Amino acid sequence: MASDGATLTMDLPVAATPAQGGRVRRDDAPPPSRGHGQLGDLIFENLTRLFAMLVLGMLAAILIALGIAAWPALREFGPGFFFTNVWNPVKSQFGGLAPIYGTLVTSAIALLIGVPVSFGIAIFLTEMCPVALKRPLGTAVELLAAVPSIIYGMWGLFVFAPWFGDHVQPLLTSTIGRLPVIGAIFQGPPSGIGLATAGIILSVMVIPFIASVMRDVFEVVPTVLKESAYGLGATTWEVVWNVVLPYTKVGVIGGIMLGLGRALGETMAVTFVIGNAYKISAALFEPGNSIASALANEFNEAADPVHRASLISLGLVLFVLTTIVLALSRMLIARLARGEGART
Amino acid sequence: MNAPAADVAGARNPVYRRRVLVNRFNLVMSLATMAFGMAFLLWILWVLFANGFAALSLTMFTQSTPPPGSAGGLSNAIFGSLAIVAVATLVATPVGVLAGIYLAEYGRGGWLARSTRFMNDILLSAPSIVIGLFVYTVYVAQVEHFSGWAGSAALALIAIPVVVRTTENMLQLVPASLREAAVALGAPMWKVILMVTLRAVRGGVITGVLLAVARISGETAPLLFTALNNQFFSADMNGPMANLPVVIFQFALSPFDDWRVLAWGGALLITLTVLLLNILARSVFRQNAVR
Repeated sequence: MASDGATLTMDLPVAATPAQGGRVRRDDAPPPSRGHGQLGDLIFENLTRLFAMLVLGMLAAILIALGIAAWPALREFGPGFFFTNVWNPVKSQFGGLAPIYGTLVTSAIALLIGVPVSFGIAIFLTEMCPVALKRPLGTAVELLAAVPSIIYGMWGLFVFAPWFGDHVQPLLTSTIGRLPVIGAIFQGPPSGIGLATAGIILSVMVIPFIASVMRDVFEVVPTVLKESAYGLGATTWEVVWNVVLPYTKVGVIGGIMLGLGRALGETMAVTFVIGNAYKISAALFEPGNSIASALANEFNEAADPVHRASLISLGLVLFVLTTIVLALSRMLIARLARGEGART
Repeated sequence: MNAPAADVAGARNPVYRRRVLVNRFNLVMSLATMAFGMAFLLWILWVLFANGFAALSLTMFTQSTPPPGSAGGLSNAIFGSLAIVAVATLVATPVGVLAGIYLAEYGRGGWLARSTRFMNDILLSAPSIVIGLFVYTVYVAQVEHFSGWAGSAALALIAIPVVVRTTENMLQLVPASLREAAVALGAPMWKVILMVTLRAVRGGVITGVLLAVARISGETAPLLFTALNNQFFSADMNGPMANLPVVIFQFALSPFDDWRVLAWGGALLITLTVLLLNILARSVFRQNAVR
């Protein structure tokens, strides 16, 4: 009886092959029915491929289009455009160092605050949270990402900046601000508008992105590893720090890069609170500018073609920067996923 | 978790005691970070609801944006936003779904699929203002006028990666046996994909589209250089169109109190829409994942 069943399966190699592979492969799928089916397949496959190629080509198209539009400014100012701090629409002199500096500084502040907080949230959600609360709290963190950035901007301008300027800035300036060297960072008018405020609001905005990547990669750590450590008497913190984090290191860095990519390109929230001043200052309470906010504020008013091309050059810098950061992020996260596949 | 056991030992040994203290401190910090995140969410939502509901009124839906100092509403902006987002969704959905089908069903591990997947993931997080700039350079600057179409194009470019990603992920969940069964009945591949696999993950694909709509309805930056704004009611997609995000941006930064009140009202409308779409997407997904 049993051998009958075995021979029966042996007679059907077509059905057996894909089952072994776990998936249907195009090459050994049975030949499709003749006639309209074959033609339909040809059309449909190529149609879907066309759209895939469209998506593939989009990145290059953006780079090329911005490159062409930015060319007049790059030709006029040369590579010095990225290293000089002039912004004079009247004399048509442009150098983008100030907004580039502002973009990097605000993103750095965002990561400085956002990374530890996201790490804490991810630990809480994976190791400490009662199962019943896991989903609602996880969703709540993701809702932070769903709130449109213009809402962050309004809240930042009307509520957070005044509070920060009235209560936190004077406090910081009169305490840490008195210290040598590091004190220089905590200076500036206590108006609540400036690089620091922009960075803090950015940190709140990137937390959901970093935290959810961290939570997801923490979840892939095999339970057996964690249980072994607990079995040896490790505390929860020791398990997180010595087992979970080393195992997921690559993915965690990928998550941080994703957050960085978001912070660099964030526009509306920053535009409301950064102050739009073309200056470079170590003092974080001074107003500044970022690439995205310069674009949002000036682009439509820029009548001079060189002014416009200069702004597009800044946009090009921003795009290249975020593309590199996001590409690294994807490669790191993908590497973790592959490693996990190899180990199981 | 194993704190009680460590406690017993910690009473005697300073090393154990230190480990327990470090553990406790760090777990409390972890709890604090969670509270930090939630505090900001609640603070933002509270501010938004307090200001937004105070601004809400019937005239907001019936009148157009006013000049400063006179009464008015947001009807032109609401209509403009709906039109721009609707066109963007209508364009992005088929493009995204078809590209997603290629990645999951045809391309798989090939070079084209792998590089497309990679580029798509980058576009997923690309700065939206650069997308707006791109549409400006290739479309607005060429035809020399801002338009609702350009706004839709920018939003569609932002929505496509979201749809591609979810469609592909969902299709990969379909068990191979389902495809095999359909192929064994003699169905050509395109029929198998459209009528069996895609149908099986309908809920997931709808989730992806809803998430994409949620993502683009709050986007402001890409509309600044494309749809611009319009103080009057306009249903002409080929001209500048009022839309909620840009109106909010303009009104919130203005020195006029009545404009600011309208900005809060608009902000509430947008946020409620986005949050509702998110919740809807999740419930659609959950319902269909069970099946």
